[in-house]
Amino acid sequence: MKFLPLIIANLFRKKIRTTLTIGSFAVALFLFGVLAVVRGAFSQGVEIAGTDRLVVINKVSLIQPLPLSYGDRLSRIKGIKQVTHDNWFGGVYQDEKNFFPQFAIDVENQRAMYPEFTVSDNEWKTFAGDRQGAIAGESLASRFGWKVGDRIPIKGTIYPGAWEFNLDGIYHGKRAQDDTTQFWFHWDFLEERAFQKGNVGWYVVRVNNPDLSVRIAKTIDQEFANSPFETKTDTEKAFASSFVKQMGNIEFLILTIGGVVFFTLLLVTGNTIATSVRERVSELAVLKALGFSDRFMLMLVMEESLLVALVGGGLGMLFAKLFTLGGDPTHGILPYFYLPVPAIIAGMSLALCVGVVAAILPALFAMRLRVVDAIRRA
Amino acid sequence: MVRVDGTGMSDSLICVRGLDKKYTRGSEEIHVLQGLNLDVDRGDFVAFMGPSGSGKTTLLNLLGGLDVPSAGTISVDRDEITHMSSSKLTAWRARHVGFVFQMYNLIPVLTAYQNVELPLLLTKLSKADRKRHVETVLAVVGLADRMHHYPRQLSGGQEQRVTIARAIVSDPTFLLCDEPTGDLDRKAADEIMDLIGRLVQEYGKTVLMVTHDPAVAQRAQMTLHLEKGSLVGATEKAVGK
Repeated sequence: MKFLPLIIANLFRKKIRTTLTIGSFAVALFLFGVLAVVRGAFSQGVEIAGTDRLVVINKVSLIQPLPLSYGDRLSRIKGIKQVTHDNWFGGVYQDEKNFFPQFAIDVENQRAMYPEFTVSDNEWKTFAGDRQGAIAGESLASRFGWKVGDRIPIKGTIYPGAWEFNLDGIYHGKRAQDDTTQFWFHWDFLEERAFQKGNVGWYVVRVNNPDLSVRIAKTIDQEFANSPFETKTDTEKAFASSFVKQMGNIEFLILTIGGVVFFTLLLVTGNTIATSVRERVSELAVLKALGFSDRFMLMLVMEESLLVALVGGGLGMLFAKLFTLGGDPTHGILPYFYLPVPAIIAGMSLALCVGVVAAILPALFAMRLRVVDAIRRA
Repeated sequence: MVRVDGTGMSDSLICVRGLDKKYTRGSEEIHVLQGLNLDVDRGDFVAFMGPSGSGKTTLLNLLGGLDVPSAGTISVDRDEITHMSSSKLTAWRARHVGFVFQMYNLIPVLTAYQNVELPLLLTKLSKADRKRHVETVLAVVGLADRMHHYPRQLSGGQEQRVTIARAIVSDPTFLLCDEPTGDLDRKAADEIMDLIGRLVQEYGKTVLMVTHDPAVAQRAQMTLHLEKGSLVGATEKAVGK
């Protein structure tokens, strides 16, 4: 600690340069934070997917329906504990840009299948007894300023016409990363007005033993093989993962951008530290003459670099965190829009690594400096 | 008492025997110092004079443990420093040597106080003790009222006083001054030499100084003349001067 004034004084001898270097770290770490959020937004569905849930879709494609009658057959398969079904509604609320996911749900089994979403018993009871009732996630309700009791008009696209729902409740996520941007309403209400009756979008089943998921998935698909509606069953994780893959290799894109940014940061910081050391060769030599060791010189340069990385990195992560507090800026495309603690730790570790690597050569130069030569040059 | 014939007493503070220093530049070998002997006692004030390239600064660097000789030995307070490892030599320098450079070599981003405190950061002294030491030496050099000034806010003479304060704050065994007045006008140079003289007379410091200025050299008890790496003569200060 007694050397801190020396380190700080050295850093602030060129205030603009130090500020710009700290700024470079802050911008890079802010970008890292945002990229981590976007990556998380795309992969979070995979991360938080239930390990004991399987998704059963039409083998042709997700948009092809499955018969309602499959529900009973699924529940008879050994190892399956619960069955529910959903439909994608795809309506428009006021304007097309107001996108949010709408699902026609199986009211009877929804809560048991998704315990991570909570709704008060009173609200659920009202919803269950109201054929036109709906439940909205808290982020969604907050986005449009909806309150329980509001009437929500939605224009159908897949299911044409004007649809009106009564908002009977708000659901919450138990975890920060739970998606609270969805809109649920009665599947029965959809069925009433659907052109083709007796179909559902997909089934979700819960198995007794997650270790047997793959075997049960195979059993399900065999059960419906050679029928007009063959199925394709996956774990919820694999289903979410295939969804993310449809968007392209987001992970690769993010890693590439992040890699380029950090490599550039490494060069900028390395150059700054090297310039700073070259400018004060005689001062470093004097410190050595006074009895400061070679190791001290190495650590002095390293600590200066680390301090810049720490302050800049900290600011960048702070800005990224503040940015995410505003919620999903795309209003629905990235429902899991938050910066998790592991990403902050990873960002700060990366910044410190850049700080260390950037300082290695200048620090070795300072360590190996010959006092006599340096003072003579000065 | 200073002796250059290699017959000094074994209890001399600084004892140099057969000191050689040569550099290789390309295929050429340059002898900077050749077979130099020197004995300096505690409280001596020695000046080295000689033309450029005579080896004055090299001798000072060797005595201060900043460089290692090609041959010969240097003992300070019976510790032979010529065979010390680099890290031991660094620690030895911190304990025994105070440096005063021609160009002051203060850290420009530190105040006079912080510059003087630097050598004490290597000790186990508490912050309060360091403060006491720094304030004392700044008072000795007459800069108690300038301790929070940065080097750029001080005159050349004041900067050199800060350098001297930095050199003596850890109470080293001896001071090495390389052209301490080389960058100063006559008045400031006289003030600096008065200060160094006081350190010798009042505080019993041992000072070895390199200078080009005969007037400055006259302040020393003895002036040793170097030429082509050898001591070629000595002038003792006339009594009363």
